[in-house]
Amino acid sequence: MSKPKIATTSLAGCFGCHMSLLDIDERILELAELVEFHKWPINDRKSFSAQCAVGLIEGGCCNEENVEVLRTFRSSCDVLVSVGDCAIMGGIPAMRNMVPLEECLQEAFVDGPTVHNPTGAIPNDVEIPLLLDKVYPCHEVVKIDYYLPGCPPPADTLWEALVALLTNKPISLPYNLIKYD
Amino acid sequence: MSEKVEVVLDQICREVGNDRTRLLDILREVQHRFGGVSGEAVDLIAQRLETPRVEIESVVSFYAFLSEKPNGNVVIRICDDIIDRMHGSETVARAFESELGVQMGQATEDGKISLTHTPCIGMCDQAPAALINDVVVTHLSSDTARTIVAELRENHDPTQLVKELGDGNNAHDLVSSMVQNNIRLRGPVILTDFEPGSALKKALAMSPVEVIRNVKTARLRGRGGAGFPTGMKWEFTRAAKADKRYIICNADEGEPGTFKDRVLLTEYPDLLFEGMTIGGYAIGAKEGIVYLRGEYTYLRKFLESVLERRREEGILGRSVCGVEDFDFDIRIQMGAGAYICGEETALISSCEGLRGDPKNRPPFPAQSGYLGYPSSVNNVETLCCTARIMEHGPGWFSSHGTDRSTGTKLLSISGDCKRPGIYEVSLSTSLREILGLAGAEDAQALQVGGPSGQMVGRQEFDKTICYDDFPTGGSMMVFGPQRNLLEVVHAFLEFFVEESCGYCTPCRVGNVLLKQRIEKILDEKGEPADLQYLEELAQTVKMASRCGLGQTSPNPVLSTLKRFRSEYERRVKPATDGRQPGFDLSEAVAQAVNIVGRESTHS
Repeated sequence: MSKPKIATTSLAGCFGCHMSLLDIDERILELAELVEFHKWPINDRKSFSAQCAVGLIEGGCCNEENVEVLRTFRSSCDVLVSVGDCAIMGGIPAMRNMVPLEECLQEAFVDGPTVHNPTGAIPNDVEIPLLLDKVYPCHEVVKIDYYLPGCPPPADTLWEALVALLTNKPISLPYNLIKYD
Repeated sequence: MSEKVEVVLDQICREVGNDRTRLLDILREVQHRFGGVSGEAVDLIAQRLETPRVEIESVVSFYAFLSEKPNGNVVIRICDDIIDRMHGSETVARAFESELGVQMGQATEDGKISLTHTPCIGMCDQAPAALINDVVVTHLSSDTARTIVAELRENHDPTQLVKELGDGNNAHDLVSSMVQNNIRLRGPVILTDFEPGSALKKALAMSPVEVIRNVKTARLRGRGGAGFPTGMKWEFTRAAKADKRYIICNADEGEPGTFKDRVLLTEYPDLLFEGMTIGGYAIGAKEGIVYLRGEYTYLRKFLESVLERRREEGILGRSVCGVEDFDFDIRIQMGAGAYICGEETALISSCEGLRGDPKNRPPFPAQSGYLGYPSSVNNVETLCCTARIMEHGPGWFSSHGTDRSTGTKLLSISGDCKRPGIYEVSLSTSLREILGLAGAEDAQALQVGGPSGQMVGRQEFDKTICYDDFPTGGSMMVFGPQRNLLEVVHAFLEFFVEESCGYCTPCRVGNVLLKQRIEKILDEKGEPADLQYLEELAQTVKMASRCGLGQTSPNPVLSTLKRFRSEYERRVKPATDGRQPGFDLSEAVAQAVNIVGRESTHS
């Protein structure tokens, strides 16, 4: 039987959760024994060519492309996990949720004290995905099966959770892996 | 700020001896005189009381009846609880808006009349109702709204709006209110004749310890809803070592749908004050405080006059009833529009001139309450019961009701029933009998104990209101078959979100999340997993909140999930393709499309 496939992506995140995943250090070899990395930032594969067992989502949804990617992950992965606070709650990017979108753009591209923009235009290329009215946590856009909180979740938390998921065993996270103060 | 204002503020502060703990009285008076508590007023008060101004500001911002910006000379507060809405308060509100030419929360152009909403003002039996300054107007319609606005424009005097006086003491010179008592059923214990002084004299013939023993023998339990044994509370307060003790009457009847205390205060103030005096004697207090909710300001002068009369009769004040070493007096502390102040530790904070934030327990008020002194906080009805126990004896009292739930209970019944009002019934009365009395046989649900209580369906109407089945502070809201129960739940959550003091996160945030999820389900965008989410979140809020508000605010959700699950289930459907029906991409990008002027390339 072939190894189960997993996929990961970073939406409106900082890649910190992916860095934390790399922090499992040499255990990544063990992980490679267990799974095949089908689509993730390391191989930069653009689209799914097979159904995956597990998808890990970092970051929430701040633009239409994030939504599209997330929906593709949902239909291409059996189990979807929100990883980290941005995926779960919107995180730092969601701080803009207090401010209307137009004001955000105005401040970022026109009025900000360090902005040099003689034309005063807000960038508008067809390649730029349209921003959403606010940053959404992933579970408000698609159904999410599991949540791994943390900013980022420690490597050991990711490791324990993935191994439990892939070996079909109940997860047991010791207290120090799920406490955040 | 003019010199005159400074003089007035000086005088207001001096009247309470520049006492920091009387800040609420000062601020209420300033609000009354100037329509608001301005920044300059805050400065002056801070100087007089030698207190940081931020403390004054935080108190002003806490209470609904205090404002920094000046209100109009006339403030119209339309009661916005679910019962009033069922009786058309939203139509009334629209009529006021169009007549005044303003939106809710605004004042007219000349600044003279402000319009706003307020939570339950204790008039559900005569809904829709509103407070206009301190004047209660009841049975509103869009027609009366128009007349009211026309008259207010003419004379700016809300007292002129009262054309017909209510029954009983509502017609008393010092009350002059159109409020009706609506006493529908008098029982043998509370709503019977009372001779002022009769219970007190019997109590004073006993030792304080004997008085407490009698209350314990009567097995009286608190009538506010929690049902703590009153005798035990008094005993603890008496036993605490201190030079001073206080007895405090909780007349902050804020649980939506409750109005029994309104009727007791109107018709039986002597019974209440007598109960307090007996309590003071029993626990060894020289001072009692009645914490009267701001909404009942219209009763204040009348209650003051009753206290004065009792002083003249020698049953209050120095050497009560000629007992040399028993001095006892009562003062009325006005609230300023905050539901949370019905919670006893928040009530104590408010009496101390602080924000109405709950305190940590322990220490319990019986050990360390008002100003750090042992204090017994009792409900209006409880104190009335203690007077009756003295009058007729504990055996007589406990012969009513059941073994573990003695006496009678006042119920405030409102909603979809033919005869809303006050009913005094035995604690062994079933919900079905209660609905029968009120003329609500077709009820689909009965909310027992207000929003923080339980929503009960037909299958449990044979249970009783005893402390073992459905204990209640007395609020009974009836919902007929035509009502959407989830909308009721939503209205309750709106109320709790508004009234949460914001101190602890589970309550401040959790209630908002509960409300949002109910909205999602009401919009038919919910999925089955939302039910589990609601259940888990509700349990978290209950378990992790600091005071009774957050510990009970999820009850509307939990009790309907338990007893009316089909109301939820028929509105949710599994998400297709794992997508959330609550998320609409075109809606989410609409703003951006507007700003950049091109369409989304995704669907």
